[in-house]
Amino acid sequence: MKDWRYALAENRATLLAFAVFLVMFAIYAGNHPAGFSANVVQTASNKGVLLALVAVAQTFVVITAGIDLSVGSVFVLANCLGSWIVVGAAWQAALGVLGVLLAGVACGAVNGLVVIVGRLQPIVTTIATGAVFFGLALLLRPSPGGDVYGPFADALTGRVLGVLPASLIALAAVVIVLWIPYARSPIGRAAYAVGSSEQASFMSGVPVDLAKFWAYVLSGLSAALGGLFLTFVTYSGEASAQTGGTYTLYSIAAVVLGGVSLYGGSGSAIGAIFGALMFRTIGDLLFVFNLDPLWQPLFQGLVLLAAVSLGAARLFQVRNRLELFS
Amino acid sequence: MAEAAPILVMQGVSKRYGGVRALENAGLEVEAGRIHAILGENGAGKSTLIKILAGVVAPDAGRILLDGREVAFDSPAAANRAGIVCIFQELSLVPDLSVADNIAISNPPTRFGMIDRRAQRRMAKAALLRAGAGDVHPMALVKDLPLSRRQMVEIAKALARDPRILILDEATSALTAADVAKVFVVLRRLRDEGLALLYISHRMHEIAELADDCTVYRNGSNVATYRAGAKSDAEVVELMIGRELSAVFPPKPPPKPQSAAPLLQVRRLGWTNRLRDVSFHVEAGEVLGLGGLDGQGQRELLLALFGVLSGVTGEVRVAGRLVTPRSPSAAKSDEVGMALIPEDRKTEGLMLPMSVAENLSFAALDRVSRAGIIDRDREHALVAEMMQLLAIRAGSLDNPAASLSGGNQQKVVIAKWLMAEPRIILLNDPTRGIDVGTKQEIYGLLRRLADRGAAIVFYTTDYSELIGCCDRALVLYDGAIRRELVGEEITERALVASALNIGETAEVLAAGAAR
Repeated sequence: MKDWRYALAENRATLLAFAVFLVMFAIYAGNHPAGFSANVVQTASNKGVLLALVAVAQTFVVITAGIDLSVGSVFVLANCLGSWIVVGAAWQAALGVLGVLLAGVACGAVNGLVVIVGRLQPIVTTIATGAVFFGLALLLRPSPGGDVYGPFADALTGRVLGVLPASLIALAAVVIVLWIPYARSPIGRAAYAVGSSEQASFMSGVPVDLAKFWAYVLSGLSAALGGLFLTFVTYSGEASAQTGGTYTLYSIAAVVLGGVSLYGGSGSAIGAIFGALMFRTIGDLLFVFNLDPLWQPLFQGLVLLAAVSLGAARLFQVRNRLELFS
Repeated sequence: MAEAAPILVMQGVSKRYGGVRALENAGLEVEAGRIHAILGENGAGKSTLIKILAGVVAPDAGRILLDGREVAFDSPAAANRAGIVCIFQELSLVPDLSVADNIAISNPPTRFGMIDRRAQRRMAKAALLRAGAGDVHPMALVKDLPLSRRQMVEIAKALARDPRILILDEATSALTAADVAKVFVVLRRLRDEGLALLYISHRMHEIAELADDCTVYRNGSNVATYRAGAKSDAEVVELMIGRELSAVFPPKPPPKPQSAAPLLQVRRLGWTNRLRDVSFHVEAGEVLGLGGLDGQGQRELLLALFGVLSGVTGEVRVAGRLVTPRSPSAAKSDEVGMALIPEDRKTEGLMLPMSVAENLSFAALDRVSRAGIIDRDREHALVAEMMQLLAIRAGSLDNPAASLSGGNQQKVVIAKWLMAEPRIILLNDPTRGIDVGTKQEIYGLLRRLADRGAAIVFYTTDYSELIGCCDRALVLYDGAIRRELVGEEITERALVASALNIGETAEVLAAGAAR
């Protein structure tokens, strides 16, 4: 096999997610009553980027074969905190942004420590910590309200050069500054190794605990970025249980659609981003084809089921059936 | 051996797992620039020794000296830093990463904090060439490689760490003859470069070809160290045996002649490359032992009979009727009547959080149910009967199975299957890690079941059980039956010789007889 074939195989899942998204978005834009305009793209991207950031957060943990059910709560907490502290003069708002991101890092660090030191399953840990984070959000914003520093919000949710949505550029910046260096660093490599086979990683001298810790921390950071962006979009904070739960579940769907294996060890946040955009586009497609919005959950569910079934096809090759359970 | 100061010395090393003694005052001296083979039968302590050196487990007592300085490793990474690298029998490769990623896993080359993929590929390529595996592409994913290539990658990965002491634990078991030859060239070159190599293998001809020094382990201690070639195969076997009988066995009945339609008849059974052309029979009332070194296909044979594996070829007859179980539930149906006592009672035999009574009745729910409803009274009566038969000591039937001792857990597993009244009972190393008293009870139980007309297939890694418990024994090697031993022929000497697949079995036996 030639080198490029290996490179292709390595990125197949991500490229597939990208291709499917492009097709779906083309159908959507082509049938939109307003046509393919900068406005349509901007609205779609602002909605999509919210879920994409939470999906990136989920990816960090899923790669280590864990799962983070607190991402939605961190997202909401960051939103509520942002509506308090990203205000005032420009320098105060900038400090506020930093504060929100640090809060996300702290949430992730708590998750990581409980999972690593407490040896608890990620699913149980993050259900519990997620409830705590949501409780904090509720204390911050018992009822919706607050404000955000306008220039930041306008800059990040508007357009650059009149056509490009600023939110997409911000998302690309997150990928370039956060994801790519991580995925190529020794600690990112360790995360993949741990997710693929924790035992083999330990035997090979991989820093197992450190890799997991960083994954949770970066997950918290990405979810906080998403919450911050939500504040910029809505100009307010709201401790909505429904938002938290929906984003957590959708982030898992986006990760699966983006070709990130829930068994851990393979996939990319870039794939998860396209998975998130895809998931959002499904809903929009129903809209442009004038279908009842009530169909949306059913339709999204069917697409998800199809994606998961494709991923399970490998099980048909197993010859020792005991391996199915391991 | 006083020419050079040894690079590695182990003194008085002991290790216990619960009540089981794995190493007892064991020692080892390894010199640089030599290949040192370690020999011993199953359970002699070889793998525990390796695990201690590799930093996987910590010894209870004893000292390890590296270059004369005492060392202790709390993790494989610490052992690697000290220059001790181990190639494990169970592979330590990460399946979803590429070959190059795996080779460089512990110390990838970096630029500006990111992994330098180009440098890493160069490094991987060089290591693969050094290991004689230039045909493996560094970008291929490990999970896509066949087992023999993975093992070569494993060797390349070890070499990339520049070890001073390289440990190979059955590292050639999945390799083809051509690969073995290549690996041997590599190992000899490494020795000439001044590395110390520890070589564990059950292939005697490999050791004869490769080793400079040999140390024999028995019962968790080193019993002899000698220059390679200083002892004959017969003498080596003599050194390896001699484990004291650890339990008292019930008397055996006179041998049974083969009938026209034995209860279990297996012909030409095969599965991938792990089982080859296995044919044998078991009469009602007979205990058939499966022996040989660990991992020669015994476990797969039992799983194949019980319908766990798919793609099994050959035929299985029960009482003359052709049945080929396709699933465990088919195997335990009335027309087949099979039961498998699994090896790992914690994952395959018990639902640990469920109660003892519930665990017991799982395999026999159809016998205690009427019209699909579980008859609780009948269930309890049967369970009580089994508890008494096997003398299971449980505080209460409603306690979770996890609360019992290992021995009692294993009895629950056995009792669970006996409640379904099987005709054919397959046992996969049922006495591993349990106390002597429980072992004796299990031996007695096996004999009673056979006397009641069951056919028993009993795989054990403990040779004394084959000798004490079995009417006949089959020794497997590399997925095929190497030898059948009947009655008095089942001796430790014959078992060890055929398990090691030593060609001159007659010579070994003669040497034993002459003693």
